[in-house]
Order: sequence, then structure tokens, then C-alpha cells
Amino acid sequence: MMGQIIFFCLFMIAVAVFIRNARHIYRNIKCGKAVNRSDRPAKRLKLMLLVAFGQKKMFKKPLAALLHLGVYLGFCIINIEMLEIIIDGLFGTHRVFSSLGSVYNGLIYAFEWIAFAVLLSCVIFLVRRNALHIYRFGGRELKNWPKTDANLILIAEILLMTAFLFMNAADFKLQQLNHPSYHHAGAFPISQFLLPLLPESASQLVGIERFSWWFHIIGVLAFLNYLPISKHLHIILAFPNTYFSKLEPKGKFNNMPAVTEEVKVMLDPSLPPPTGEVNRFGVRDVQDLTWKNLLDAYTCTECGRCTAVCPANITGKLLSPRKIMMDTRDRLAEVGQNMVKNGDFQDDNKSLIDTYITREEIWACTTCNACVEACPVNIDPLEIIIGLRQYAVMEESQAPASINAMFGNLENNGAPWKYAQADRANWTNQ
Amino acid sequence: METPFHIPTVAEMTAKGERPDLLFWVGCAGSFDERAQRITKSICKILQHVGIKYAILGTEENCTGDPAKRAGNEFLFQMQAMMNIEVLYGYEITKIVTACPHCFNTLKNEYPDLGGNFEVIHHTQLIQSLIADGKLKPADGNEFKGKRITYHDPCYLGRANEVYEAPRKVLEILDADLVELKRCRSNGLCCGAGGAQMFKEPEAGKKDVNIERVEDVIESKATIVAAACPFCMTMLRDGVKAKEKEQEIQVLDVAEITAKANKL
Repeated sequence: MMGQIIFFCLFMIAVAVFIRNARHIYRNIKCGKAVNRSDRPAKRLKLMLLVAFGQKKMFKKPLAALLHLGVYLGFCIINIEMLEIIIDGLFGTHRVFSSLGSVYNGLIYAFEWIAFAVLLSCVIFLVRRNALHIYRFGGRELKNWPKTDANLILIAEILLMTAFLFMNAADFKLQQLNHPSYHHAGAFPISQFLLPLLPESASQLVGIERFSWWFHIIGVLAFLNYLPISKHLHIILAFPNTYFSKLEPKGKFNNMPAVTEEVKVMLDPSLPPPTGEVNRFGVRDVQDLTWKNLLDAYTCTECGRCTAVCPANITGKLLSPRKIMMDTRDRLAEVGQNMVKNGDFQDDNKSLIDTYITREEIWACTTCNACVEACPVNIDPLEIIIGLRQYAVMEESQAPASINAMFGNLENNGAPWKYAQADRANWTNQ
Repeated sequence: METPFHIPTVAEMTAKGERPDLLFWVGCAGSFDERAQRITKSICKILQHVGIKYAILGTEENCTGDPAKRAGNEFLFQMQAMMNIEVLYGYEITKIVTACPHCFNTLKNEYPDLGGNFEVIHHTQLIQSLIADGKLKPADGNEFKGKRITYHDPCYLGRANEVYEAPRKVLEILDADLVELKRCRSNGLCCGAGGAQMFKEPEAGKKDVNIERVEDVIESKATIVAAACPFCMTMLRDGVKAKEKEQEIQVLDVAEITAKANKL
């Protein structure tokens, strides 16, 4: 009974804290500007099923995709087992679903294999990440906390799966001993190999089974609340993020409507001046981004596929699309805390540009869309880079000198080079 | 290399009370860059050869505004776009072929929201449809037969607009030894010119992007690398030059290859 009460309290606290964190993130994302990403729902749903659920884009790298699929399936399917664990915890039952008989045995059989696949995949991931020199696991933005974060997630999953398997092994052994509280249920293709490691005494076995059970469930509840401060949030946000993807061709950049109004007046002075108030052209800070850009930032799991294909990055420039996303998230978290502390955002003399992302980074981009194409969850770092350039150019007139010269030529000659407009067709008679 | 035929402007045609079926949008590089002018002329030869009623805007053409937009100057981009739309609507243009993927992308994707709706195709798409219609056919024993040829996907044709097949199909009929670069199609590596990089010095780094790309070309052992963008043309040629491979590797546009194969 005591166990049930403790479990109930822990469970409720974990859920409550998670809801609080989720609302915090939701509010931060809502700081972004409006953009319509709700049209064509059928197309969006299909895209989400393919890219997030079906992990279509992961398979550009087959080995990583296969291992990731193991962990992902493990996560999804073992959640069914979690449901049983929660019910057992709340009502003091033992393997409540075992009344399903052979179906249940089949499920446990599958869970055991999946748990093993997760365990193995995570071990391989740890080795790949730390011992092998894989380009995308390097980079200056993947030091300190981000590196620790990635390893913590893998270690946590290994520990959780180990606890799960030991729980089953102890349970199995108790079943073999015909312990009254452990009726025969389940099939244990993996944990049967752990039996020789376990003691013979029933009370010790119960201790191990209970410890593993508590370790597993507390671990899962803790992990749930670790998500909001971790890159691992992608397991939830990958779904909305792919649903709200840009559906237009990648080459289509949005035209700023506020600019359209002003340009129309410039070309035709008889039109009334634009009425809409424009606070700022381009992106200086996270509030100038769209909510989708901000959702992108929270969804990023820092896998670095974007950076590994970025022509600027692989030729040694400072730009890394992954860093653009990480900086956006870090700054947004900072702005969010500022709002919590002060009730409303108070200027902190910081901004996304300069404090987080340098000019050198944004001007190194070739707008080639390789990063956008590479992202397994349809994140668009390019839109943020262009927004920052727009701020630098339209609000500050701070472009590289040669870019300013190009603008000048365009304005005066209708071409980016210093050739006279009148000479444009000279090639026809040369 | 003067073209043996007259290249009509829309203004001339209009003066004669005629209208082109197809507008050839030459682009700034195609108009002013000496190397790109040869691509422009190849496209004109093809258009002339198949007898399409086409015209160019000539001195009335203006930059689409692409480099301004990618560099963050939305005002300048929209100014250019609105002026161009006015000119194009003035001549009642409905169909446009471009020689440059950047012009193609901008006209096709970014002009409609500003009121400019045209059917826009890239020259590789036009050439492919002409081949499909039997209007273009490589001459017997064309000079590309058996040659090892590779193709570099321009970002604004490939990833940006998912035109991967048209240029490849155009090359396929040459009976050449076609080979893909290790980074191709949606994984293609940029030449380094996009996003207004063409007009500035690169940031500090280990090497230039075009060198990285030309290394892919060298690895493919191709003797001809086909391009479909005047900026890629410049970058690839500079890269080949920097690697001192000018004797071994030729950079040609898909349009030039087609014109040559058809002995135009």
C-alpha cells in the first residue's frame, strides 16, 4: 500500500512538472511572429507520417538509420509496457495484462528483443560518438553541455534497459521458484541469460525485482522531465515540426509583405502610404523569427547532418547550421527566463545577432539548401540566416563592402556588375 | 563568335505587330560574362534551329533581384521584381525560358506573390522536351560519343526546384559514358557562388568551395563536366584552373553540349 502511495505521488509530481515545462516551451514558441502553416492538412499529415513516423530522411545514412530505428521502435513499443508498469504501480497488481495469455507472452517476448536492440544500439552510438572520428560529432558547438547531454541520454537509455531486463530476469526466476506473488506470465528470450547472475534466495530476488522496477519507472519519469532541457525533445517535437513544414519549393523565399507595400508606394506615389506599423525589418533577436523557426530550434537534436553537408562548414568556414539552431534555442530559453523573472521581456543588451551568431557566420552561407535537405525532421536553418542578413542590410546597412557595391550596381545598372544597362544586348552582335 | 542569324527583341517584334511564343530571359551573366555569352548563343542557336518564335528583352531586361534577395536586401529585390513584372506584362509575356537557375527560381517562385504569373522553365527542361518531341537529335558520330561526362547539379535547379532528371536525360542521348559525382542530386555540393557569394570574397577557411567541388569532378575521372548555371560555370572553371586540370577537364553547359552534338 505504501508503495502504491509513493508511486502515485511520484507519478503525479512528474506529470505536473512535465506539464509546467511543456507550457513554458509552448509560450516561448508563441513569442515568434505569425506564419500560416495549417493549409493543406492532408499533405501535411502525409509528410509527417513519412518523415517523422516513417523516418524517411534518416535513411540517407543507412547504418545510423537502422540503429536509430531500433531505439525509436523500442521507445514506442516499450511504452505499452510502461502502461502496465504504471497500472501495476498504482493498483499494486503484478503484470496486470498477463490475463491476455499467449498474446501477452508474445508481447513480452518482443519487448525483450526490442530492449536488447535498444541497449545494443545505444552502446554502438556511444562508441561512434566518443571513440570514432565522425565529422558531425565534432565541431565547436558540440563541446561541454551538448556533448554531455548526448552521452547522458545514451547512458540513461542503457541503464533503463538494463533495469528492465534485470526486472524481467528476477521475475522469471521467482516464477520458476513458484513464488506466490509472481504467477507465471511472459516469455524471456533475453533476460533468461541473466539468471546465472542472480542469487537463489527468494527474498533477495524480490529485492532485485522491486529495485529494478522502481529504478526503471523513476528513471522514465526523470527522463520525461529531462527532455525539456535536452536535445532529446525531438522525440515529441519531430511530429509537429514535420507537420508544419514549408510545403513550397526550397528555393522559394518569402517576400516580406511590409516591403511590398512600401515598394508599391515608391513606384507609384499616387498610392496612399502604407498603414501597417513595421517594428523591424529582418531578424535581430528571437522575437523577430516566426514561431516555426522557434519550433525548429526546440526540435533540433543536434545530429549535425546539416553541418556535415554545409559547403561553408566543410571548407573550414565558421558557419555551422547546427550552431544556428542551437544558438536560437539557447537565446530563446534565455528570453523565456527573462520573461518569467520580469513578467515581460526586459532588454538585457543581448541579441541573437552578435551575442550568439556572428556576422562572419551569416555571410558565409551560399543559400544552397543542403542543410534543409539533410535535416531528418525538416528544420530550416536557412530562413534564420536570411532573416539575420535582412536585419544587417535593411536596418543597419551593414553588409560586406563588396555586397554593397553589388547593390549599387543593381540599382544603377540593373545588373550586379558595373556594366551599363545600354550594353546589355551587345552580345547579340559580337 | 557572331551568331549567323538575327536575335529578335520583344520590342522589335511588337513594332511589327507580333508577339513571341517564348521569351528567352538571358540574365545578367548571360548578357555580360564572356564565357556565359557562349551559353546564351548556344541557346539561341537551339531556339533558331527548332523554329520557336522567341525573343529577348534586350536592354529592357533587368536583374531579377535574386542576388539582392539572398543578400537580405528585400527592398531592392522587390523594386527589381515589380519593374520586371511591369515590363513583362506590358509585352503580354506568358512563357519564359531562363539560362540561369537563379533567374528561373526567382521568376517561377517569388514573382507570383508580387503579381507576376508566368510559365517559367529552365533551358535544360526546354531542351529535354525538344528532344522528347524529336526536334533535337545528336548528329551521327557526335563528338561526345563515348566520352566520360559528369553533371554538376546547380543548387537552384536541383534542391531548390527538384529538377534533377531533365539535364540528365539531355546527356543520356549522347551515347556518352555518363558518371555521377559522389555528391549528386539532392546531395549535390554547391559550387560556392550562391547566396550572393559570387559577388564577395569568401570568409576565411581551409579552402574555397569550388575547389572542394572540383575535387569531386577529378575523382569521377570525367573529362567533361556539364553545368547548367552560369555561376557554376565560373566557379567550376576557376576550380579546374586552380587544380591545373585545364588540359584534362572541360566545363561545358548542357546547352553548349546540345548545340555541339546537333552540329549547330
